[in-house]
Amino acid sequence: MDWRPSASLAALRQRAVILARLRAFFAARGVWEVETPILGASCASDPHLQAVRLADSPRTPRYWQTSPEAHMKRLLAAGSGAIYQIYRAAREGERGRLHNPEFTLLEWYRPGFDPPALIAEVDELVRTALADGPPLASSTILSYREAFRRHAGLDPFTAGVPEFKDRLATVGVSLAAGIDGLGRDGWLDLVMTHCVAPHLGRGGPCFVTEYPASQAAMARLLPGEPPRAARFELYLNGVELANGYHELTDAAEQRARIVQDLAWREAHGLPAVPVDEALLGALAVGLPDCAGVALGVDRLVMLAMGADTLDAVLAFPVERA
Amino acid sequence: MAIYSTNEFKAGLKVMLDGDPVSILENEFVKPGKGQAFNRVKFRNLKTGRVIERTFKSGDTIESADVVEVEMQYLYNDGDSWHFMVTDTFEQHAASPQAVGEAGKWIKPEDLCTVMLYNNVPLSVTAPNFVTLRITETDPGIRGDTASGGGKPATLETGAVVRVPLFVEQGELIKVDTRTGEYVSRVKE
Repeated sequence: MDWRPSASLAALRQRAVILARLRAFFAARGVWEVETPILGASCASDPHLQAVRLADSPRTPRYWQTSPEAHMKRLLAAGSGAIYQIYRAAREGERGRLHNPEFTLLEWYRPGFDPPALIAEVDELVRTALADGPPLASSTILSYREAFRRHAGLDPFTAGVPEFKDRLATVGVSLAAGIDGLGRDGWLDLVMTHCVAPHLGRGGPCFVTEYPASQAAMARLLPGEPPRAARFELYLNGVELANGYHELTDAAEQRARIVQDLAWREAHGLPAVPVDEALLGALAVGLPDCAGVALGVDRLVMLAMGADTLDAVLAFPVERA
Repeated sequence: MAIYSTNEFKAGLKVMLDGDPVSILENEFVKPGKGQAFNRVKFRNLKTGRVIERTFKSGDTIESADVVEVEMQYLYNDGDSWHFMVTDTFEQHAASPQAVGEAGKWIKPEDLCTVMLYNNVPLSVTAPNFVTLRITETDPGIRGDTASGGGKPATLETGAVVRVPLFVEQGELIKVDTRTGEYVSRVKE
């Protein structure tokens, strides 16, 4: 194994500068920094997130958290008020140009904020962090539906698999046989990653809002049709940078979503995970009305450096860890 | 036959795709933070040399290809096939002109080549990186001109034609880089 860092020292110093700016940003706004456990008795039930499980804990499992969300919500329910955390999360099996199994997440929660208010704050934060770089164009806000219409020429709420396949073929994407096993959300993810995302946020932040309800994750649902969730994402130069919610506060609804995730896991041969009763207990007592967001710090530093791979800004990516 | 999952894909891995042996060139992992992961993979078809791109659902599997690369000595060409031998076992293989391809321009008997076998049949042949061959035909040299940037075509004993400096003479031995098809130097006998 190569002992040297894969990032240049200049990139690592830029990371330090950006981390200091992030902390100053929140200090000026009265949002305080918290630290929550790396290892938890439960983990996210999301079937597309695989937590690293400690091998020597058969009775009381310990999972390296895929994000600090559950623990931070417990702090919010305990009355913390606005909080942020710069957290080292881990997700098993995620490795690529924009992925490393362990990575740095900036996650923050704003009681009383709705998505537009939080989007404005995310925008300001990103501009502050990238202040040394070329000026960013003004931000755009695009609904998930509009993003698909504009960049894939189809309506994500009404189009079917044949239309998804046609569109992918048009842009030269050839699919392996196993793709046919995808569910509807899988097809949407495929079109999003291959056709839509590469066009988003060219030159300036692009916020995608109003995700399909089936991709609500931990966001509350919006009233009206088609069924949508109060979830948003930030893209910059085609890179997915942040994911935010108007947080779901209903404990019964949260439990139902976890149960649904666990059923999906079982149907797809994925490991079962314990239901996070501590989170549900906190929600039952009451999570304040709030919006929260998680932002990939490594990707932010990567964009600040004008690099196109995370390895250019990580000291020791997994192969050198 | 071994099975590989997308998370084991890496450049150089030989697998089966659409019934043909292919070699992985690139594997790009693509995943939305909340959502399905995919692998966008580029392959080279080892029979045709064509590059193919394919998107997989991460975690899907693909069969390995029974492809091995073996060093063999080139023996002779009987007009239909090119014959090679594994020197320590004396095992012989006949390669089609299609499998030999460009390597045929450079090799002569006793040269050690890399032969790629698919299901124990030669699929492709790679010539040694450098070969020494005699010039059978070229225009007369210009004595003393060792620096001129110009060059001239020279036909080699295998039939290949390379550009050589003006001072190089017919009948001389030269060293050629088979990867680029370029003249490297004269070789003293």
